Amino acid sequence: MTTFWPWLSLAGLGAFHGLNPAMGWLFAVALGLHRQSRRTVWLSLVPIAIGHAISIATVLVVVIAFGAALDLDSFRLAAASLILGLAAYGAVYGHRHRVRVGMRTGMAGLAFWSFLMATSHGAGLMLVPAMLSICLADRSGDLAIPMASSLPVALAALAVHSGVMLAVIAAVALAVFEWLGLAALRSAWINFDRLWTLALGATGIALLVQ
Amino acid sequence: MATWRPDPSFYPSPRMAAKAPKETLAYVAAFDPERARPDAIAVVDVDPTSPSYSQIVAQVDMPNVGDELHHFGWNACSSCLCPNAPHPHVERRYLVVPGLRSSRLHIIDTKPDPRNPKIIRVIEPSEIAEKANYSRLHTIHCGPEGIYVNALADRDGNAPGGIFLLDHESFDVLGQWEMDRGPQKLAYDFWWHLGHDTLITSEWGTPDTFENGLVPEVLLGSKYGRRLHFWDLHKRKHLQEIDFGEEHQLVFELRPAHDPTKAYGFVGCVISLKDLSASIWTWYRDGDQWAVKKVIEIPAEPADPDLLPPVLKGFGAVAPLVTDIDLSMDDRFLYVSCWGTGDMIQYDVSDPFAPNETGRVRIGGIVSRATHPKAANGALNGGPQMVEISRDGKRVYFTNSLYGAIDPQFYPDGIDGWMVKLDVNEGGGIAFDENFFVDWPKGHRPHQVRLEGGDCSSDSYCYP
Repeated sequence: MTTFWPWLSLAGLGAFHGLNPAMGWLFAVALGLHRQSRRTVWLSLVPIAIGHAISIATVLVVVIAFGAALDLDSFRLAAASLILGLAAYGAVYGHRHRVRVGMRTGMAGLAFWSFLMATSHGAGLMLVPAMLSICLADRSGDLAIPMASSLPVALAALAVHSGVMLAVIAAVALAVFEWLGLAALRSAWINFDRLWTLALGATGIALLVQ
Repeated sequence: MATWRPDPSFYPSPRMAAKAPKETLAYVAAFDPERARPDAIAVVDVDPTSPSYSQIVAQVDMPNVGDELHHFGWNACSSCLCPNAPHPHVERRYLVVPGLRSSRLHIIDTKPDPRNPKIIRVIEPSEIAEKANYSRLHTIHCGPEGIYVNALADRDGNAPGGIFLLDHESFDVLGQWEMDRGPQKLAYDFWWHLGHDTLITSEWGTPDTFENGLVPEVLLGSKYGRRLHFWDLHKRKHLQEIDFGEEHQLVFELRPAHDPTKAYGFVGCVISLKDLSASIWTWYRDGDQWAVKKVIEIPAEPADPDLLPPVLKGFGAVAPLVTDIDLSMDDRFLYVSCWGTGDMIQYDVSDPFAPNETGRVRIGGIVSRATHPKAANGALNGGPQMVEISRDGKRVYFTNSLYGAIDPQFYPDGIDGWMVKLDVNEGGGIAFDENFFVDWPKGHRPHQVRLEGGDCSSDSYCYP
């Protein structure tokens, strides 16, 4: 049972990231509408998911490297400080960044955009507590993360998270493109920036008390 | 403050925006040409069911004199819904009001009481000079990276003019927008095609060539602006320049199609040195380049030289002087202000290369001095100038003053301000609303109009 919840949380965060219009499904729908092509919507989801996954993978690799070098308490403190710092920055300054990718973008641009969005919003960092509790389950010694067993775990975590994320962006993009239409945005688009900041804050705290 | 739901005045597409509720208020920039009393943003009641319809119901005075309020805009608009840079939980709440002469920026809060807005922040020219190196602030657009403000000159009043960014919540000056300006030097208007990642700028001149009025030698020497510049909106890089040629001077107001999938728009050229005519040009995508084509030419009207101001006497004709244009939300009707002759012309531009005149009214004018049913004094001066269209395209508002130093060159007796409204027929055709005439209080002249909740020259859209 102890190893079930972290996996569920990885999947849940995949759904949360996927639902956020700022993480890609809306971009896919917009490109489909511009190019009047259902195929474009579907194709666009692939680089969006890949960009997101690369961002997550990068964060997980860095986390494992630090986790394998630090003792558990130092690691928790370092990771929590980073996450809470990012949450505080989001709360104070918002989530605005330089805009680098526009509506004429190709697939590589979309992947780059998705990577930037996931990285700058701390999507990968949100997965750290779940990763940590999976790794702690078969821990030996003082280090936070045992290097040998953690790489396959990280790969599995990445697959679960990205798989759910892709499923969710596909479902939402399909629903909006085919049935709901964009008018729904006007009322249904709740403030994900604020939810995101709250989620990051909760992640940082969870890590401290874990 | 951020909200939980998107601002209700944001619409994903121009089609949806055209179904927005009717505006009940208009905000109008008004300036004192004598620079003796503060300029103001006036609040005009445009709700026909209201007892104060067609009246100024409030006025926000600027803290200084001599700003020359000109154009202004909203802090946030429908472009906040764009998928590549979404932040739709800011409010369309603040009017960003620059002084063209003073280079001072005023932030006016239209909430909680839209009929009684208040200045909440003033950004002094020194801060803008220091952080962005610009002065003579002209046009405001809300867009993907915040508030874009363009300036006609650098901090010392020389070329190049350009664009700088302002944060749309904190109103901090973020710095120059351009990363590679190429050959661009002069500035006037700017706007973009969000669907084509392209920004477009037009040209006027440096402040020494307009702040004391138009200089005939500069005009006749074809030294005022006559070029369009096309930029990569996200790389902030100059891509292409199009020169309209020596004959054309003052290529001014830019109105791109609202539909983000369309790659064309309209720009007005104030005057031709050949025959004083004015013209409208369509820019469009031609292969991997932008191109322009003249699609409308409005001829000068012969007139008795005794009735003409000194600047036109020698020509024996009234120049139409197209100083503003505006495109309806459905990209169907283009409104063209002829400040010289006094005409407001409506063209059907469904085919952007073959416009068709569908309506025309005349009011004021250098020679015609045409009146309005509700005007107390029969002979009106000034002419149709800054024009704004309601989002549903059914109502058109305009005022009659151009620019403090240029007004007396064409209207030497002075300009008595007025604001009027047109009703638009479904299939084309325009007529004055006989109950709407704002006889502007003496001492101020009205300029740009902004409508509550947005209008046809404030919002841009990412979805078709």
